[in-house]
Amino acid sequence: MNFDFSDDQKMLKEQVRKFLGDKSPLSVTRKILEGDDAYSKEVWKGLVDMGLTGTAIPEEYGGLGLGALELCVIAEELGRSVAATPFSSSVYLASEAIKLFGTEKQKQTWLPKLAEGSIIGTIAISEGMSAASPRNIATSFANGKINGTKLPVPDGDVADVAVVVVNSGGTGEQGISLAIVDLKGAGVTRDVLRTIDPTRSQATITFKDAAAELMGPAGQGWSQLSRILDGAAVLFAFEQVGGSEAAIEMARDYSLERYAFGRQIGSYQAIKHKLADMYVKKELAKSNAYFGAMMLNDEGAELPEAAAASRLAGNDAYVFAAQESLQTHGGIGYTWEADTQFHYRRAKLLALTIGSSAQWKEKLAARLEAKNAA
Amino acid sequence: MDFNDTPEEAKYRAEVRAWLDKNAIRKSDAKDAEQSKTLEDLLKRSKAWQAKKAENGYACITWPKEWGGGGGSTINNVIYGQEESNYAVTGSVFAIGLGMCIPTVMYWGTDEHKARFVKPAVRGDEIWCQLFSEPAGGSDVAGLRTRAEKDGDEWVINGQKVWTSGAHYCDYGIVLVRTDPNVPKHKGLTMFWVDMKSPGVEVRPIKQMSGDANFNEVFFTNVRVHDNQRLGNTGDGWKVALTTLMNERLAVGGSQGNADVAELIKLARDTEIDGKPAISNGAVRERIADWYVQAQGLKFTRLRTLTALSKGETPGPESSISKIIAAKKMQDLGSFGMDLQDMGGIIRDRNMSPEEGAYTEQWMGAAGYRIAGGTDEILRNIVAERVLGMPSDIRVDKDLPFNQAPKGK
Repeated sequence: MNFDFSDDQKMLKEQVRKFLGDKSPLSVTRKILEGDDAYSKEVWKGLVDMGLTGTAIPEEYGGLGLGALELCVIAEELGRSVAATPFSSSVYLASEAIKLFGTEKQKQTWLPKLAEGSIIGTIAISEGMSAASPRNIATSFANGKINGTKLPVPDGDVADVAVVVVNSGGTGEQGISLAIVDLKGAGVTRDVLRTIDPTRSQATITFKDAAAELMGPAGQGWSQLSRILDGAAVLFAFEQVGGSEAAIEMARDYSLERYAFGRQIGSYQAIKHKLADMYVKKELAKSNAYFGAMMLNDEGAELPEAAAASRLAGNDAYVFAAQESLQTHGGIGYTWEADTQFHYRRAKLLALTIGSSAQWKEKLAARLEAKNAA
Repeated sequence: MDFNDTPEEAKYRAEVRAWLDKNAIRKSDAKDAEQSKTLEDLLKRSKAWQAKKAENGYACITWPKEWGGGGGSTINNVIYGQEESNYAVTGSVFAIGLGMCIPTVMYWGTDEHKARFVKPAVRGDEIWCQLFSEPAGGSDVAGLRTRAEKDGDEWVINGQKVWTSGAHYCDYGIVLVRTDPNVPKHKGLTMFWVDMKSPGVEVRPIKQMSGDANFNEVFFTNVRVHDNQRLGNTGDGWKVALTTLMNERLAVGGSQGNADVAELIKLARDTEIDGKPAISNGAVRERIADWYVQAQGLKFTRLRTLTALSKGETPGPESSISKIIAAKKMQDLGSFGMDLQDMGGIIRDRNMSPEEGAYTEQWMGAAGYRIAGGTDEILRNIVAERVLGMPSDIRVDKDLPFNQAPKGK
């Protein structure tokens, strides 16, 4: 039985944790919240300098050639620090998508730059105020050009390249393809969106006859996207576990220093049980995420179920930890000065990025239904 | 990351499997006739199996050989348990004695006690029960009122214990009693071992809400025990009891009901909501997804713990979450399975209800499981205090002599 990360992976985790502890405290994330920058350039540069953007990219494309497990431990630390960087968009989404489904030429074109962090990538899925589905993807691809509007696109304002979910002709899933678009090219306009978490920027991207290339054969886009999101779900789940731990610690520490009615508020069972529930949810999320990591790393047959379970437990744990951590702080927790807001914002952002729990529950139920077919 | 045994673990597992194949019947091959129908038969079969295990080093695997154990590791014990669960054998009558009582005797007893009791218990010749809980002392065990008064070299015990598993067939028990009501409650307790056949010990089964009777009340009326039956010093009973209770969460646990997610999916195919298969209903699908995530979370939490044991490390605190989730899930899933049967869920009949009534029975049973071995609420206190380092509760009776502390009826 070896259901754990290796010593090397744990050492990497410690290195990332130390770096982020030094360079990405919440005061740095706060500067992004309060300022005009889309992300923390210094933190991003540090991650790039450590080679982390190329972690899971094969050496032949300029990466470190490590695997999903290494990305998982990095993700957990990024989540813990509530770092304000485009790492998830560029690494979990764009790089993984191109690595999985790009043509040889596309990999050679994009992966080395993504690995060395000289460009930022993202994925553009959603087109408005409802969950994306093969029926409502209106962005169209024809003759090497795409037209349409994507929103919100994570890091869409700063990304250099995007994997875009498009309709390439036809109906239903068969009409959906993935296309790579150079966002610096002609026909691309972007507008920064106002969002619940300004420490992770989002944009509307409008394509007007922008040059694009399909990734792989046309009509495979929806299943390709599903696989990309399964991987991202596991990695985001590790961010959620890290974020949950930080939010729980924040609540615990405050409950020990704050007195009410002559005693520490942490001595009241209403608070203790709330924190115990936060811990329970976090551990369930962590255990599910571990299995997700194992399936992702091994490209196991149970990846879809493991990813969905990681996602659902991660959403549940972090949203609960963040909102109840704020609640534990009482009035001070609702002020602008308090740091509780970073988790409150980020937890909900993560729970919506790559699809809500309602979407993933349906996806999981459908898988289980098929698996337990009569 | 993998679920594979290490080479040593694989070797041990193969040995265990070969031994079990030779000495026991696989559950899949066992006929109904081989299940015990009476208590006498269950005890006879259990004792015979335990003796065989002891002879071959599979009883109390982690205990030293000099005490009749197997001299093995915790992971050996886990592997044996995993393998044995596939065979039609039982050791449940020994769980409390070997899981809680005998470890207490081994830690606190005299050399004579150990020489007299440990090996017969390991072999299954003698069965033990634990006599702590009382009508007035459940979560707050130290609030117990059964008293023992010194009379020469003997003590005279009077009072009532409750929720005692197996008291009706046990040979011995460890009993926690109040020897000094004039000091604060934790300081006035003392632990003894007691012969359950002693004059004045009366065992009455408790009929549970479910209709079953798995536990007993035990009445003590002028029961005399010798002072040399004391485990630990007079007044140190709480400290002794903590040794026992530390082992409780390892001994309790296990059953989470017979119906889980796979059964629920089947039921949702076979039942309807508004004339359509229940499986197509969004509310049903959401519950299926939620419980799957919980079930997987519990399973992989267990595997994280086993990994730590396999590496020879002390498991982290994550295992403390299991019963909090498992008991409530068992109750809610049972209840929801009954909902899917709609008015049919009212019926409690193994011959009529799906899964031989598993949903109904686990709904009934879970109400007790959420209380046994630490209520949901006490377990949350434990997580908050021991894992998260939060303060213990303010106890208004902590410094008062027990006989002056506020009490209910």
